[in-house]
Amino acid sequence: MLSLWRKIRSTGRVAEPAPPAPAPTRPTGAAADGPAALPMFGGSVQIRHVDTGSCSGCEIEIGAAFGPVYDAERYGARLVASPRHADALLVTGPVTRNMVAPLRRTYEAVPEPKVVVAVGDCARNCGVFGGAYGIAGPVSNVVPVDLEIPGCPPRPETIVAALRTLTGR
Amino acid sequence: MNVALGGLLTALVTGGLSALAGLLFPTPRRATVVGIGTAATGVAAVAAGVAAMAGQPAVVALPQLLPLAGLLFTLDPLGGVFVAVTGAVAVAVGIYGIGYARHGLRGRSFQAVLPLFVLSMVLVPAAASVGTLLLCWELMALTSLLLVLAEHRRRPQVASAGRWYAVMTHLGLVVILIGLLVFAANAADGSFAALRAAGPTVSPLVAGLVFVLTGIGFGSKAGIIPLHAWLPRAHPEAPSNVSALMSAAMVNLGAYGIVRIGFDLLGGGPGWWWLLLLGLGAASAIYGILLAAISTDLKRLLGYSTTENMGLVLVGVGASGLFAASGESTLAGLAMAAALLHVITHAAFKTLLFQSAGSVLAATGRRDLDDLGGLRTGMPFTTAAFGLGALAASALPPGAAFVSEWLLLQALIHGLPASGLSAAIVMPLAVAAVALTAGLAVVTFVKAFGIGFLAKPRSPEAAAARESPASMLTGMGLAGAACVGLALLPTVILPGIGAVAAGVVGSGNPVVVDAVTIRLADVAGSLSPLLLALALTVALVAALAAARAVATRRATAIDARLWDCGGGPLSARMEYTATSFAEPLQRVFDDVLSAEQDVDVTHVEESRYLVQTIDYRRRVPDRIERRLYQPVLAALAGWGRVGRRLAPGSVHRYLGYGFYSLCAMLILLVVTR
Amino acid sequence: MTVFGVVGVVIQLVIVVALAPLLTGMMRQIRAAMEGRAGAGIGQPWRDLRKLMRKQPIHPRGTSVVFRVAPLVLIATCLVVAAAAPFVTTASLLDPIADLFAVVALLTLGTVALALAGIDTGTAFGGMGASRETTIVALVEPTLLVAIFALSVPVGSTNLGAIVTAGLEHPASVFSPVSLLAAVALVVVIIAETGRLPVDNPSTHLELTMVHEAMVLEYAGPDLAIIELASSMRLVVFLGLLANLFVPWGIATSGQPVLIAVGVAVFVAKVALLGGALAVGEVFMAKLRLFRVPELLAGSFVLGLLAVAASFVLA
Repeated sequence: MLSLWRKIRSTGRVAEPAPPAPAPTRPTGAAADGPAALPMFGGSVQIRHVDTGSCSGCEIEIGAAFGPVYDAERYGARLVASPRHADALLVTGPVTRNMVAPLRRTYEAVPEPKVVVAVGDCARNCGVFGGAYGIAGPVSNVVPVDLEIPGCPPRPETIVAALRTLTGR
Repeated sequence: MNVALGGLLTALVTGGLSALAGLLFPTPRRATVVGIGTAATGVAAVAAGVAAMAGQPAVVALPQLLPLAGLLFTLDPLGGVFVAVTGAVAVAVGIYGIGYARHGLRGRSFQAVLPLFVLSMVLVPAAASVGTLLLCWELMALTSLLLVLAEHRRRPQVASAGRWYAVMTHLGLVVILIGLLVFAANAADGSFAALRAAGPTVSPLVAGLVFVLTGIGFGSKAGIIPLHAWLPRAHPEAPSNVSALMSAAMVNLGAYGIVRIGFDLLGGGPGWWWLLLLGLGAASAIYGILLAAISTDLKRLLGYSTTENMGLVLVGVGASGLFAASGESTLAGLAMAAALLHVITHAAFKTLLFQSAGSVLAATGRRDLDDLGGLRTGMPFTTAAFGLGALAASALPPGAAFVSEWLLLQALIHGLPASGLSAAIVMPLAVAAVALTAGLAVVTFVKAFGIGFLAKPRSPEAAAARESPASMLTGMGLAGAACVGLALLPTVILPGIGAVAAGVVGSGNPVVVDAVTIRLADVAGSLSPLLLALALTVALVAALAAARAVATRRATAIDARLWDCGGGPLSARMEYTATSFAEPLQRVFDDVLSAEQDVDVTHVEESRYLVQTIDYRRRVPDRIERRLYQPVLAALAGWGRVGRRLAPGSVHRYLGYGFYSLCAMLILLVVTR
Repeated sequence: MTVFGVVGVVIQLVIVVALAPLLTGMMRQIRAAMEGRAGAGIGQPWRDLRKLMRKQPIHPRGTSVVFRVAPLVLIATCLVVAAAAPFVTTASLLDPIADLFAVVALLTLGTVALALAGIDTGTAFGGMGASRETTIVALVEPTLLVAIFALSVPVGSTNLGAIVTAGLEHPASVFSPVSLLAAVALVVVIIAETGRLPVDNPSTHLELTMVHEAMVLEYAGPDLAIIELASSMRLVVFLGLLANLFVPWGIATSGQPVLIAVGVAVFVAKVALLGGALAVGEVFMAKLRLFRVPELLAGSFVLGLLAVAASFVLA
């Protein structure tokens, strides 16, 4: 226990200083047919992550985004265990055929007002897996997407910036 | 002729007439008449009991009725409590039985014996001589046995349960008989007045022997371990109105017997009596509720819960005796008052619980919690009734048993400073035992109510369940009203109970009440159950109003699909069952509750590598039965086999026995002359 | 029914309700600082609650009135205990129910309501959470009641006001072996009852490791807000009881505004201190396996028994 305490003291703060807050509107690259303006959640957004067939590259970047270095929690975003507790769905991966129904059910389980964020090129347009036999299509084929985060995988800073447009902090 | 005497005689007459009606009336109206008659008997008994508690004496002497001693009945305040409780239970069960009898219980034997059973239970606390007590006790045992066996044609387990019950209750009778005879041999005659006079003069050895013998007999009737084995067998197999009567009225008489003999007739005793009682009571409480917690049969669960509650009553009685033996008379009165109040509250909620269980059994034909569930849509009133009973049974506010457990805990807690080293060791353990029991009761009744009545039905019978007829609902309503009354306004009966307890231990009234608060005399402690319920209600309404005011999206509470992790519709098979609910607890208490598993694998004929069916059976047996009863029964069977060798069927051998025993006796006479 | 009593009740309710989410926020902030993160700020739980109240309420198909009423029962029990227990003042309007057994039983009632709601959903997780939570409650009861026993012996009563007043009159009694042993036993009890590490992880996402969270997986919107507020309030209530039963200095004994202000400030400081210590401790601990929890609770039970034995020997 003492060694852990010494490590805490010597490590200190790991989180990088916060970059300037992005404007709370849709960033470039957002879906053209999404809702007009994203709902403001007053600084608190709970997020449920759904993996619909991803290679886990985006998951690693999301994990980094919520880790100590980028610390997305300081802007009010928090990962939760159940879609009933969530405001936003963070969807990664192209939607495989077996995940179409679960993704739809997860979307229906989230109470209004809700937001869907498609993370990574696979979620936006199937990425490198486009045309494969096991894929049903991008996320926008299954549920309406409000925000897209491009990249394969997207950098943690991009993910954090997109989440900040949701929380407004 | 005062109210007490009049009530007792009315109860006698109404009970007898109801039994007669049960024999004579034709089938369509038999159950109704007997039910109303039983309820009337109950009302008269309540009146008699309450009047007796208020101090009105009632004496009935019938010296010619029995050879040697005759019958003698005296209703004093202590007996009055138990008569009143029995009467109240009989009222609710009588009305309930009208509708319940529709399920094959309209036969003459059942309907005629039921009022006799109630009558015998009313007469036992009024008995004032050894012969009268034993006669009424045996009448109670026989009538209850006949009632337990009511459905033996439909289910074979009933016969086995009846056998266990018959043997154990009669062994108990024999032990009580021996104890009381030893006592009466040391007194002028068999009447309680004579025994009371002789009590202080009897030698400690004889007093101890009498206490232990009668304690064994009465304790077995109350369901105290290790002589409880009849209870979880007889209560499930009996019809539910009989189970309610047995659990809520009959087992109390075991506690009555112990109090009567230990406190009243023997006049108190040394500390080891009461320590023994306390220890057995605490052990019964924990063991009973543990087995209830892992039991999946609804009525067996309730039966084990009766063992638990009677254990708590005996903890109170034992603590009372311990305090009285060391001179703390106010605390003794408090502990006795707590025990008596617990008898009353237990009667109220156990009646309600058994009535609801009977309602479920009648509607679905199932007793196993793993097959029930989802009953709240089809049987809302029964669900509400069971919920009320479960709240009371788990000793949570605002339930009925919370007040009696609070009183018991106060008595145990305040006993520490005064009563010496033995109390210093015993009181914390007793408090811990009561606390563990309360916690396990929470698990048990959350399981029983939640798994049995909420969520989705686990079998087609449960899905098709419909509410019970009006008479059953009325009976449940009466018991429920009693539970609610005891929960909110125990201050109505507490002064009377306190006075009775004070009379038993010889102290001042240990409880003082004003309109809504219970205060303890001589020690610091007060509680207001009504105020607590009121505060909870106000807080609930305030929270609801605040939530409605603050929440902006007042719009839709949509009829959404359950969150099933997206995997597909949830079937009833995916719900938690009663076995799985209790599994963590079973693992924690694995030393006491070790499970036995049987796995039978049937292979495909052609190849031993392929499996056709697997049969899996898991059960948690009663450890005391395994360790105590089965060796005893095996030994008896062994002796029986050995004994059979003495009777091979040869007439020469039998004649030889007679000849040799005659010779031996003659030789003995010559030698001792 | 004095003005002092009424004022005490109102102030305590306001303080406990307002400060409960701030305590949760403070504890999360301390954990974040020790883990090298920046953290969301102390006010984040209040932002979460505000947002949740604006969400759509959901009543899933197949649930009943039990599911709908359980959050209200949970918070009602917390409100009654917050009003009755002596946090800011010693004399509460609800003194006839300020009995330690009654308070403990009320808090258990809240847990039972939530457990029934978990079973009512008909999902496997709800049943699992209910099963585990009630098992832990059952095993915690003996320790809790024996610790109450130990506390009440020197005072001669289980009335909360009496125990607090006795503590004020004999300030040195906090250092007696009885108090220390009972305090340690109660700390373990509080950790188990409020679902903190090492008994339960309140921020886990793995359903098979959940105890409390599993029962509330189905709740959304305002119902979830009520449950989260009630959970924070339970923590404040338990920490406040721990603080004031053992170290009641600073509590207001009469109705003067200065004393009440001091009482509020001291109560807030005590709860913040205890919460901070709990948060720091949680950083160093991992969650125990469910079947190791009874060993922990048995150890605390032995401490409670020792406390009672000490109270007898030293009486």
